[in-house]
Amino acid sequence: MFPELNNLLNTTPDRAEQGKLTLLCDAKTDGSFLVHHFLSFYLKANCKVCFVALIQSFSHYNIVGQKLGVNLTMARERGQLVFLEGLKSAVDVFFQAQEKPHPLQFLREASAGNLKPLFEFVRDALKPVDSGAAGWTYPVLLVDDLSVLLSLGLGAVAVLDFIHYCRATVCWELKGNVVVLVHDSGDVEDEENDILLNGLSHQSHLILRAEGLATGFCRDVHGQLRILWRRPSQSTSQRDQSLTYQYKIQDRSVSFFAKGMSPAVL
Amino acid sequence: MLDSLLALGGLVLLRDSVEWEGRSLLKALVKKSALCGEQVHILGCEVSEEEFREGFDSDINNRLVYHDFFRDPLNWSKTGEALPGGPLGALRAMCKRTDLGPVTIALDSLSWLLLHLPCATLCQTLHAVSYQDSCPPGDGSPVGKVHVLGLLHEELHGPGPMGALSSLAQTEVTLGGTMGQASARILCRRPQQHPTDQTQWFSILPDFSLHLQEGPSKEFQPQSDPHIPLVDPMAHLTFNLHLSKKEREARDSLTLPFQFSSEKQEALLRPRPSQATSHIFYEPDAYDDLDQEDPDDDLDI
Repeated sequence: MFPELNNLLNTTPDRAEQGKLTLLCDAKTDGSFLVHHFLSFYLKANCKVCFVALIQSFSHYNIVGQKLGVNLTMARERGQLVFLEGLKSAVDVFFQAQEKPHPLQFLREASAGNLKPLFEFVRDALKPVDSGAAGWTYPVLLVDDLSVLLSLGLGAVAVLDFIHYCRATVCWELKGNVVVLVHDSGDVEDEENDILLNGLSHQSHLILRAEGLATGFCRDVHGQLRILWRRPSQSTSQRDQSLTYQYKIQDRSVSFFAKGMSPAVL
Repeated sequence: MLDSLLALGGLVLLRDSVEWEGRSLLKALVKKSALCGEQVHILGCEVSEEEFREGFDSDINNRLVYHDFFRDPLNWSKTGEALPGGPLGALRAMCKRTDLGPVTIALDSLSWLLLHLPCATLCQTLHAVSYQDSCPPGDGSPVGKVHVLGLLHEELHGPGPMGALSSLAQTEVTLGGTMGQASARILCRRPQQHPTDQTQWFSILPDFSLHLQEGPSKEFQPQSDPHIPLVDPMAHLTFNLHLSKKEREARDSLTLPFQFSSEKQEALLRPRPSQATSHIFYEPDAYDDLDQEDPDDDLDI
């Protein structure tokens, strides 16, 4: 996790809020550093994490995780991390006979399917174990990313329904958190992606939006991060709060600074 | 105008966006209806019942009838707990109500219904629910007014469905605002009257009462964020931005070269003191042609 980002979000692993949906989106840049941040953040917070990883392999996340101070292999072995490696298990849909539907069963269906098997996988992974020996704090679902599900043939409403059920189970019933990444297609007209992004934005408590700089690529400033807090839990009259920072990604950390205040240009 | 939204019957659309959310206004209007003694039905699809009821005190909560479609709207759990017929069935059941008092139906949200149901079916059901009072039952007894409040997320729908819902609605409230202050643009279509278009600034108090304001709050100051350390860009410069007193005086007393001041004007107009007249010495060249009949000779210079 990146300590500077924790400061900006005013949170630490021991006192993070529960029952929240966090939406990560990126436009004209790669926002996966936010996924790595939240993965290591929640593992350090001693949460039971279910990671639906559809984009990269397990070893990729493990290598980055080690730079950030978490060991995914050990977390998986002791039962703290349930990892669905989409790239590997997608093949199992076709080549392995399963008694119950595979989480990625929709890949086999000719017509527009739904994500009920994937939801059931998540629910079974995160439901509290009766033995109670493990003592994890609260469950967390992490998805990287949802836009690829649209490319695989699902409709935006099917993906929204999946997140709806995840919110109902993980956030409301189990008092855990959900973090999802969606790409913003930006200039490219992608109606389904826009419906997905806007629909999730309305449901989210926190939106982190990584954007490339409007002027193009820069060596010292990799992009800017917009943070929008929505739906404050105390029903105060305070409006939604929004902040913008610029950032630079380094080998083991990300540094944040106010717009125009990069150390390289001062 | 915002507080008299519920005076007319029919469908009221609350159009919100990601930046300006509308659920708090929906809850404020629900509270108003409950305090007026109306029966209030909530079709809850987007948030849990606890979250919707949060902030209301117990006497208001007792008047709310909550139809929960948040936990299992598509019947995936197959436990049989889901309400039969889904949200559409619940909405149709409200058309056939037997009690005749005024009732408010809050749809949280209409966007959810529009994404999951065909637009035509939804519009027909909404029309049947909203205009019940225009077709009284056979015995001629008056039917109480029906108010339908629909929360609609603008960015999720194309112009077709939005246009269809707009044409059904008596009143459309579009949420917006500037600088932290919320405003509502209210477009109201009364039968046989001109449509009215007004903007009302408002805020929602923590107990979900509606507080109307004249304009954007003047005492709203953007608060300085404690996270960003205030950095003075004028510190640690390698050049001098300030002038000393002597330098400032010297600068102010300088006259610019092309500035036409009164001193210059005087100097030009003053008659020149007599100077020695200047002579021109001319040595004619050898091949010079001194013509005696030079035409310039009669010039009297």
